[in-house]
Amino acid sequence: MFVAVEMVDTVRISPWNFQRQFNEAIAEELNKKLANKVRGFNLLLCVGLCICLYDITKLEDSYIFPGDGASHTKVHFRYVVFHPFLDEILVGKIKYCSQEGVHVSLGFFDDIVIPPESLQQPAKFDEAEQVWVWEYETDEGAHDLYMDQGEDIRFRVTDEVFLDTSPTGPSAAATDTSAAPGAEGGQKKEPPYTLLGTISEPGLGLLSWWNS
Amino acid sequence: MLSNYEVYQLLTDLKEQRKDSGKNKHSAGQQNLNTIMYETLKYLSKTPCSRQNPETVKNFLTTMVPHKLTKAEKLQLLNHRPETAVEIQLMVEESEERLSEEQIEELIQKVTDVLPGDPEQEGATPSNETEMEEGIDQ
Repeated sequence: MFVAVEMVDTVRISPWNFQRQFNEAIAEELNKKLANKVRGFNLLLCVGLCICLYDITKLEDSYIFPGDGASHTKVHFRYVVFHPFLDEILVGKIKYCSQEGVHVSLGFFDDIVIPPESLQQPAKFDEAEQVWVWEYETDEGAHDLYMDQGEDIRFRVTDEVFLDTSPTGPSAAATDTSAAPGAEGGQKKEPPYTLLGTISEPGLGLLSWWNS
Repeated sequence: MLSNYEVYQLLTDLKEQRKDSGKNKHSAGQQNLNTIMYETLKYLSKTPCSRQNPETVKNFLTTMVPHKLTKAEKLQLLNHRPETAVEIQLMVEESEERLSEEQIEELIQKVTDVLPGDPEQEGATPSNETEMEEGIDQ
């Protein structure tokens, strides 16, 4: 579910950090800029949720420009990014259910949805309890299996959605993600990176359904 | 592609480093890194990768050679440590055509032998242990 992505960026180090170990200062600036953020469009390709610096592969010369006492260095590095591949199997926890489907979280990444059509069929949404139910049929009749909050769930990644969340103008508030991983349900705007999954295969769904 | 083990190791080492350096971990800029490191480590520590080390990963890849699996398939087996045929079939594409029932059993046996399991889950030792391939310990 993780990849090391090669990136190049110019890192600015303020003069008050000049006494530090150079590589450490660079690493800190990169992590400050990227950690826990989704990089989508600024690098012209859809990357994923940035976790932490993997390594620095090349440091070019550092320059100081007139009027700015800080140093600027072009850095080639690799960053650990959460970006599961298509069809990958993942295990997460059910966060909550809604008409849109079952919402799953990995703790560090929250925006995973299993839409109703990708649930084990037949499935129904219990409005009262706000939970999806698999109406599992056996010879003895239908058995209701509830998809409760907090349950471990195994799913397959079927799609990913990247949305441009850059500011659109003075009326829009700053759209950079807050310290919370991904975007929390409380925010009204769409999260920058969403995964879609399916559990409609043998072995998928709540772990408790398949463990003897 | 990185295995969960590699990322787990990297984050654990980074956590140690930051603990030693002490100052300014809690500054506003570092909060994102703190959050993502904490949550990712929390998630990974509950998966099989937290019990792996370079030896087990190397042994695992060696035992997988004769099965001709793709990189993505081996990665998933390594990350998940499947114990049932149903899980193997989820992770290996077209497994019905590529693997016989005995081969699936063989895979499960190898995976559960080479990769350490959850000591809480495993009560007694397995009753029949497959012979490990010779030459793994170099």
